[in-house]
Amino acid sequence: MKDRIEAVLREAFAPSLLEVINDSARHHGHAGDDGSGESHFTVKIVSEAFVGQSRLQRQRAVFSALVDEMNSIHALSIDAAASQDRN
Amino acid sequence: MTNPVFDRIQKEIDNNDVSLFMKGTADMPLCGFSAMVVQVLSQLGVPFSTVNVLEDDDIRQGIKDFTNWPTIPQLYVKGEFIGGCDIVREMYETGELQDFFEEKGLLRAA
Repeated sequence: MKDRIEAVLREAFAPSLLEVINDSARHHGHAGDDGSGESHFTVKIVSEAFVGQSRLQRQRAVFSALVDEMNSIHALSIDAAASQDRN
Repeated sequence: MTNPVFDRIQKEIDNNDVSLFMKGTADMPLCGFSAMVVQVLSQLGVPFSTVNVLEDDDIRQGIKDFTNWPTIPQLYVKGEFIGGCDIVREMYETGELQDFFEEKGLLRAA
């Protein structure tokens, strides 16, 4: 799943920085843990595609790129920025 | 073209200045992400109303479709969708959230 998320985001945003972290172990036994070990992810992404977009627009863009994946995971935490200095 | 679930959601948002769709209740959140947003709002001293999506499957799916946003929690302020846990946390950390609530008249200036 991690690889799939990475591939989709690379394709969609040509990011200059991309980190996909599987947090599932931290949520083991919590609500939403389906035992797959692939239920909770965090995405850190920096892309020029986000220039001029609000936080809401950036997250929406990431969610909509991952619409299929969102059906099989429980939680996706997103840190999306337009540049590494976070403006 | 009326969707009864959307009508209920709209009514909730219209009737409350700050409305949080979450898992569990403010006193007993059942998800870490929902708990985080409750904590931020409590910290700021903003009065808010909550809807426990775990008690109602129609709302649980309905709010995702209504907002076109795949995750819960979801925070609405005066009818406007603000975001989920990530956005609320980021806005809180940068101080934007305090300013935003002040602007909306929901927070007494310190």
